[in-house]
Amino acid sequence: MALTGIFLILFLIIHVGLNACIWANDNGAMFTQGAHFMGANWVPRILEIGLFAGLILHIVQGLMLEAANRSKRATKYAVSYGNRGSKWYSRSMGLLGTIVLLFLILHLADFWLPNRSHQGFLLGEEIDLYKKMQDVFSNLWVVVIYVLGCISLGYHLAHGFQSAFRTLGVTNKRYCGLISSTGMAFSIIVPLAFAMMPISFYLGWLS
Amino acid sequence: MEHYNMNLTLKVWRQSSKQDSGRFETYPVKNISSEMSFLEMFDVLNEELIRDGKDPIAFDHDCREGICGMCSMVIDGKPHGPWKANTVCQLHMRAYNDGDTIVIEPWRANAFPVLKDLVVDRSSFDRIIQAGGYISVNTGNAVDANALPIEKDKADASFAAAACIGCGACVAACKNSSAMLFLSAKVSHLALLPQGSPERKTRVMNMVAQMDKEGFGGCTNTGACEATCPKEISLSNIARLNQEYLLASLTSE
Repeated sequence: MALTGIFLILFLIIHVGLNACIWANDNGAMFTQGAHFMGANWVPRILEIGLFAGLILHIVQGLMLEAANRSKRATKYAVSYGNRGSKWYSRSMGLLGTIVLLFLILHLADFWLPNRSHQGFLLGEEIDLYKKMQDVFSNLWVVVIYVLGCISLGYHLAHGFQSAFRTLGVTNKRYCGLISSTGMAFSIIVPLAFAMMPISFYLGWLS
Repeated sequence: MEHYNMNLTLKVWRQSSKQDSGRFETYPVKNISSEMSFLEMFDVLNEELIRDGKDPIAFDHDCREGICGMCSMVIDGKPHGPWKANTVCQLHMRAYNDGDTIVIEPWRANAFPVLKDLVVDRSSFDRIIQAGGYISVNTGNAVDANALPIEKDKADASFAAAACIGCGACVAACKNSSAMLFLSAKVSHLALLPQGSPERKTRVMNMVAQMDKEGFGGCTNTGACEATCPKEISLSNIARLNQEYLLASLTSE
């Protein structure tokens, strides 16, 4: 869980960085250049296979953990411990992960699938992803779903980021402090940046 | 604080045996002193039940001074009751007001089967300790206590971990019924000391294997265990346990 989680966190940095190029306000020129580098080059395309493998492994590990843990208490409590001992999002990683996955399916169907099929799943000609974003994010409901997906991702990261490092055995007090504050900042900034993308298109902030 | 008496309603889990499915039963208790401990209130209730020819409520207890780890009740959803860093026996009735209703359940986990009423079988913890929670020492003359230098901060951290009384509240509080806080305390207090060093790899591997065999869940670092622990065992012990396990599994033969 921890290793695949950190791997996916690293991917988020690249994804958010590249997509932030839409705010260059050059009608998508810089973004298209970046997208072209990622889509028409063998190296990122091979790494993409690794990304899918990491994602699937993370999902399978999560499902196995959730299934195993749920079977460990046959009789439930009449009164629940609730938020007195832990954060709701720490206890709801399975639910948050499922929402993120549902969002991801929609997200891949919106962008990844049309682009790759247009390329013949090889290094063929790409579609104009900037224009595609303009089209997709002109629909209010799509924007709302994307924002909800980003909020779920934020809470998923708020627990996952620091939890991953505890699983890997980080005990140094200084690093633990650094990790928990970095984790919290990451969980707010990255999903916020992602959420601002559809909002920027919908509200016409981009020229 | 002013002394006062109160009347309360208790909803207590009653289960006659391991096989019985169990149910809640409601008991009114009268004239409970605010100076009584929670277990003394149960003593009063049990005296009444015995006088009426009914079966008294079975509950675990021993030292009644918060150090043995026997008492085990989930009170209104929180193991050991509402107070922080506290055991049930040290919970006093001044925590409650006249007319309150209190729900009392046993530890709930498949690895802690209910034997009767509020008493659960915690021998799974004993078997985890037997799997490696000790050090092997040669017989002979006792070694001078100061012969082995130990850094002060490590000795302190080891002592803090050794404060674990093995009550099982961590398992009861955990949504996954995980015993990681207990195990991490037991592994940490030996791993931090030079005496624990020779067996550190086999210890952590065997104890984790035994924990999984007993049917405890996997840790997801929610922190509920640390919040309910009567001895305030730190979550950082879990990180140390993971570290010990990772190193042992990568380097042992």
